[in-house]
Amino acid sequence: MIQRLRDFFSSSARRITRPPTESEAARNPGCSLVVENVSKSFGKTQILNDVSFTAEAGEFVTLLGPSGCGKTTLLRIIAGLDRSDRGRILLAGRAVDHLPANRRPVNTVFQNYALFPHLSVFENVAFGLRSRSIPDPEVRDRVRSSLSMLKLDDLAERYPHQISGGQKQRVALARAVVNEPEVLLLDEPMSALDAKLRAEVQLDLRRLQRALGKTFVLVTHDQDEAMTVSDRIVLMNKGRIEQQGVTAEVYERPQSRFAAEFFGAANLISAQRVGATLVFTTVGALRVQTTPQWEFGTLAIHPEWIELCENEPPENGVRGVVRESFYRGDHVELIIEPGPLRVQLSPRARLTPGSSVWLALPAERLEVLSD
Amino acid sequence: MSSGRGPWRALTTVAAFFGFGLLYVPLLAVAMYSFNTAERGLIWTGFSVRWYIELLADPETSRRAREIREVAVNTLVLGGASTVISTVLGTLLALGMRFPWPSSVSRLLESIVDIPAVAPDITFAAVLVMAFNVLRRVVDHWFEPGMTTMIISHVTFEIAFVTLIVRSRLVAIGPTLSEAAMDLYASPWRHFRRVTLPLLWPAIVGGAMLAFTLSLNDFVISFFTSGPRSVTLPLYVYQSQMRGVRTDLFAISTLLLIGVAASIMILERLTRWRHN
Repeated sequence: MIQRLRDFFSSSARRITRPPTESEAARNPGCSLVVENVSKSFGKTQILNDVSFTAEAGEFVTLLGPSGCGKTTLLRIIAGLDRSDRGRILLAGRAVDHLPANRRPVNTVFQNYALFPHLSVFENVAFGLRSRSIPDPEVRDRVRSSLSMLKLDDLAERYPHQISGGQKQRVALARAVVNEPEVLLLDEPMSALDAKLRAEVQLDLRRLQRALGKTFVLVTHDQDEAMTVSDRIVLMNKGRIEQQGVTAEVYERPQSRFAAEFFGAANLISAQRVGATLVFTTVGALRVQTTPQWEFGTLAIHPEWIELCENEPPENGVRGVVRESFYRGDHVELIIEPGPLRVQLSPRARLTPGSSVWLALPAERLEVLSD
Repeated sequence: MSSGRGPWRALTTVAAFFGFGLLYVPLLAVAMYSFNTAERGLIWTGFSVRWYIELLADPETSRRAREIREVAVNTLVLGGASTVISTVLGTLLALGMRFPWPSSVSRLLESIVDIPAVAPDITFAAVLVMAFNVLRRVVDHWFEPGMTTMIISHVTFEIAFVTLIVRSRLVAIGPTLSEAAMDLYASPWRHFRRVTLPLLWPAIVGGAMLAFTLSLNDFVISFFTSGPRSVTLPLYVYQSQMRGVRTDLFAISTLLLIGVAASIMILERLTRWRHN
């Protein structure tokens, strides 16, 4: 209770900012955002458990995970809208945990946009600048240029209820970027848009981020969206970071069962270790490149990395029978026993159910999962 | 169902007209009889505006006109003062209830804030009379039955209604816009003045309207807390009809009705304008 009161009043009362210590700046040069060992519980429910990640200046980082994994709470903690129980947040090398939301150099694009209904598009975008008492002529220039960057010039005098969902979303973006924040936070900003518009906005978002050269942190549960826009993905599950890395690496080299399953596409193969790099699986003996840490565990391989061979391949060959074949336009998806393995081939490979095939599962593409 | 046809639609139309009839026929009857030439009774003897003219007669010569003027001033002073005070306090209470209280405190506050709004007037009046009795023993003079005690009493029950309306609007607005304002560097004061207050304005005005109307209408609580020099219109009408219903009471009631209707229409227009 006392803590709550203190939090409540600190948003207006505290004015002192702590200068960055030597070590923080030295340890993370060029990082605009550092999240260090952040934990948070609501009552008895642990929402975040010792979460750490960084975002370099100008990087597009996505916090990806299923609903309830804590990604939005993490975003709110960075923005200062929630407080962490433990851990630190550094923005541009400066600890900001003691700063209320209105004194942090970040801006948020909210899930439902949160446009002020009583203010015009222009005044919505100008709000942050006016809060900081920026002189009027500068406010006008900056608002105009950010409206035109987002192709909103004609809507400046409209009110939020007079514009479409896609336009609202762009106004919310303009309202955030006009302040030139150190880090722009985006909380599922595309979830309310239809599929076609979403694809357009994803590209626009990426272009905008490149043009501004600012750090963007996006929260989403949509792995396609994450892959389209991000430089790096931080994959979260049950309040922990499951895996983080460059986008292609997180997709192609899942480290855990969750990571492999979340991207939805990979084949999971149960395995038993029989040698340092040899495992026995439901599809036969396979050679892997890293030594499994388990005795019984799982391997993962994406359908597009499984090769179709005319004869028995020299290594990791699997003799199978096509059970089902789905034509997808740009590719053909086959379900093959044993396994069943999902295999993705060029549409030229016309294989009918019942035909026998040789498959190769390249060792360098077989991921040994941690669990 | 709303776009239903045939018998259903006919039925809803009849029901709607019946409902409107119940609401407005008695009021129209009062308005009509205020133009009757007869001094009392319900027999129509001819059209006249003499009762209106007499209400506005020179207070020096007409006792009735003097009384009515005093009563009208009392009613407006009581309504105005209690509305202003209860609107400010009720709005602050609604805002205060939004503070991040622990959920147990929050639930308790929510359940007790509505009680004054639904408590029987007579209970409320009895409690107030007792409270003023106690206070009179502590501080003399201040709590003698009169305008002060009436304003305090009216404020006490009006707060609940103002809070009810402002709070429901606050809940409808939700926390996100406040968060957006904070995210856009707004200090708590700027955030209140530029976001919360403009969005709450229609609810505050609505709450004030309701408070004023309740004060104007109140009889029970006024009856228990008024003094000899603070008679309001409902009390005056009650006292007068003890001596028989005179036609000028219909005239007073009609003027009161027109006043309330006009103020509601003006305020509604005002809130719509503010909203757009």
